[in-house]
Amino acid sequence: MPLRTEPITINIGPQHPSTHGVFRLRATFDGEVILDVEPVFGYLHRGSEKLAEERTYTQVITLTDRLDYVSSMINNQAYVLACEKLAGVEAPERGMYLRVIAAELQRIASHLVATGFLINDLGAFATPLMYCFREREKILDLFEMLCGARITVTYMRVGGVFQDAPEDFWPALKTFVKEMPIYLDEYEQLLSENEVLLIRTKGVAILSTETAINGSVSGPVLRSTGYPWDLRKADPYELYDRFDFEIPVGERGDNYDRYKVRISEMRQSIRILEQCMQQIEPGLVKTDVPLLLRPPVGEAYAHVESPKGELGFYVVSDGGVSPYRLKIRAPSFINLTILRELVIGLKLADMIVAFGSIDVNMGEVDR
Amino acid sequence: MTRLLTGEELAGHVRNAVPEAVEVWNDRDVVIRPGDVVDVCSYLKETPGLEFNYLNAISAVDYVEYFEVVYHLTSMIHNHSATLKTRVYGREEASVPSVVNIWHGADLQEREVWDLMGIQFTGHHNLKRVLLWDEFPGHPLRKDFLEEIR
Amino acid sequence: MPSLLEGNALFRGIYCWLAANEGNSGPGPCGEALRDGLLPVGWEWVAFFAAGLGIVMLLINVFLLLVMLYTYMERRLLGRFQARLGPNRTGPFGLLQPVADAIKLLTKEDLVPAGADRLLFNLAPIAMIVPVLLVLAVLPFGENSFLANINVGILFVVAVTSVNTLAMFMAGWASGNRYAMFGGMRAVAQLVSYEVPVVLSIVGILLYTGSLSMVDIVEAQRIPFILLQPLAFFIFIAGSSAEMNRSPFDLVEAESEIVSGYHTEYSGMKFGLFQLAEFGAVLVTSGVMATLFLKGWEGPVLPSHLWFLIKVFFFAFIMIWVRATLPRLRIDQVMDFAWKFLFPLSLINMFVTAVEVLVWEEPTLVQLWAMVGINLLVAVVGIVAFSFVFKRRGLSPSRVTPPLVVVEGD
Repeated sequence: MPLRTEPITINIGPQHPSTHGVFRLRATFDGEVILDVEPVFGYLHRGSEKLAEERTYTQVITLTDRLDYVSSMINNQAYVLACEKLAGVEAPERGMYLRVIAAELQRIASHLVATGFLINDLGAFATPLMYCFREREKILDLFEMLCGARITVTYMRVGGVFQDAPEDFWPALKTFVKEMPIYLDEYEQLLSENEVLLIRTKGVAILSTETAINGSVSGPVLRSTGYPWDLRKADPYELYDRFDFEIPVGERGDNYDRYKVRISEMRQSIRILEQCMQQIEPGLVKTDVPLLLRPPVGEAYAHVESPKGELGFYVVSDGGVSPYRLKIRAPSFINLTILRELVIGLKLADMIVAFGSIDVNMGEVDR
Repeated sequence: MTRLLTGEELAGHVRNAVPEAVEVWNDRDVVIRPGDVVDVCSYLKETPGLEFNYLNAISAVDYVEYFEVVYHLTSMIHNHSATLKTRVYGREEASVPSVVNIWHGADLQEREVWDLMGIQFTGHHNLKRVLLWDEFPGHPLRKDFLEEIR
Repeated sequence: MPSLLEGNALFRGIYCWLAANEGNSGPGPCGEALRDGLLPVGWEWVAFFAAGLGIVMLLINVFLLLVMLYTYMERRLLGRFQARLGPNRTGPFGLLQPVADAIKLLTKEDLVPAGADRLLFNLAPIAMIVPVLLVLAVLPFGENSFLANINVGILFVVAVTSVNTLAMFMAGWASGNRYAMFGGMRAVAQLVSYEVPVVLSIVGILLYTGSLSMVDIVEAQRIPFILLQPLAFFIFIAGSSAEMNRSPFDLVEAESEIVSGYHTEYSGMKFGLFQLAEFGAVLVTSGVMATLFLKGWEGPVLPSHLWFLIKVFFFAFIMIWVRATLPRLRIDQVMDFAWKFLFPLSLINMFVTAVEVLVWEEPTLVQLWAMVGINLLVAVVGIVAFSFVFKRRGLSPSRVTPPLVVVEGD
């Protein structure tokens, strides 16, 4: 007589240690094996797109800080690029360099958070997480020098950045750029050859390039499948065509590749930072753009390579002081399209890791 | 650098797919009839030389007299992009054919548009609210949302 | 009763202080010097119980204090491993942190979920802590310091600690929570599996000593068994950390997966009891390891009790170290590790040891060192060879086709 079994349904989240915020997965299990998952969103929905319609173009920058709160600099950048495209202004060169510096620092910070929490999801008791946060703290200190804030920075403005970097920023940045590769080596020593990590991540939750592209997946998740698509190369915005850097790609698109791509990307970001420091010259940091910006009637779509993927802003102007419509193309949200295909048939523990390796930020998913 | 197809080019391609589809075009984008969305999109995705295999974003804008649904498309093979639009008239029963069978990436985005803007996508397998809860009154990104709920 | 009166000076002291000795013929257990106790004749059993109760109270309280010290040590050391400070605000160097935690847990509301089986739910924490305390009964803490030197000591330890599985499953099932049930299920699968290699690893030692008594095992160690039985030590430390749910085998309470596993629904002091049992288990297991592999209390210069404590905290330190370093294994890998890695290795170890004991019946010291060499070689070759095989298997695809057994609710 066959044993009568029954699938059980578990609500993972909205309050759960490894849903990275308030996210809920309604998962059906057969023992430890996942039969079905249904992501449930919206616990952090603040209506950013609607709020933006009531604020001036400059005020909206503060809203973008709060989308993906571990990469606010890049959110600023994407938004101001869209506004600049709309208003037809361009930032001065030094302003652009400062933006690139801030963006690359933020990319490192975000990847550090992603890596740390991924290893935490794997069950390492917070040690790598703490190491990653140690370095992130230094980046946040640099941000504090730039603009006085650490998380919600609001550093960038339409037409540049709001102030030049102080004198003591440059030596601090230099020290950071010199030390960071050493710390990255340390992580790799601790993690990349760790047997437990290898058997837990290699060959688990494999994503194919076709599925990824068809599912509008972008960022490190797409690159981990071996497809070198990086907007900084494919569609260079700001000054990215001036820098010499590579696009790290994975081999098979498994959890390990997603982890490894992020580590390699941090090394490339450091290369960009080094080149920035060599190339930057004194000058203005902001063109004269009125604070109460009134762009002409029209629309613009600008996208940047955020740590999570393609972050796009679609701004429609009716000639007034606030955007008529602001649409945010949130990479975290859209990357979750493939979550179901990725995790069905895996075990509970691997599903948590696969979800962590996509690296979503609930502030951005729910907006 | 990703090349943005001009409206003229794109309009030519769209006419190859469905001759009557184009409504208006300007230098950046093309507006097509809502009924032709699926045919035009699958043509754009599958025709060699175009191969728009990546759907960047689906946005919806409420211009009060009509809704505009905007598709930002990119071809990762040829590194060019295009902006395709369609206009939906009628606020109550606004609906557009779903492109989820062409690009799986449209799944969550179409649900989001339905949730916040109230445009139905016919042919979507799971058109439920995504960010708001099921009992939420109205669709908040519509311009008349505030009057509607008062 | 005789073993208690002989083996334990403190017990004898309390007993003789209370019990009357007059009616006894010849020199009693208390000797000639102590003639009269406080109690009248015929009340010796009261003295016996009072002495027993006194010494058990002392033992448990000292043990719990040590557990508090251990939790402090674990948190401080984890802090050091993780590039942060750890608790350092409460009292000198944060030493009062465990006291503060205990007060917090004691004053917290004690919740019982509506869907819980109240009896089992309340019983589980007790069933969890009792085995840990029971092991103390046979653990020799120092020269002539043990509560009971029973001749099946190590068997007693193995038998008593496996009750923990039951407690975890009770907690997991009675909570009426699916995370807890996951934890309970995992606990049964994992703990029962690891029992096998752990027990088999002890067999090697028993072949050398020919006795199950803990005291005999300590005294039989001319060379510490950690050298004589390296493979057994490896299996024992891996297996027992799996039985204690320590990283990398902490699936039973995998925080990132099933929140806290079987004790998800517990709060207040019931939760505190689970924690106490867990940390206590680390100390007790370290104590067993020190006894089995590191000559127990024996050591030069320092008093024997201190030696024992040093060895216990040395093993505890190793466990903290492992916890701070390794990620967690998946459930199928954990089971594979028990059945396909540790189990065959423990059989190999048992076989090699049996052959050695057969060849050298009364080994001289030189022959013992020869055994050390052979066993070390066997250990290294065995572990390397098996990990090679295991690694190859571990890289096979993780995805299994879900079985189509969806049963419609009837």
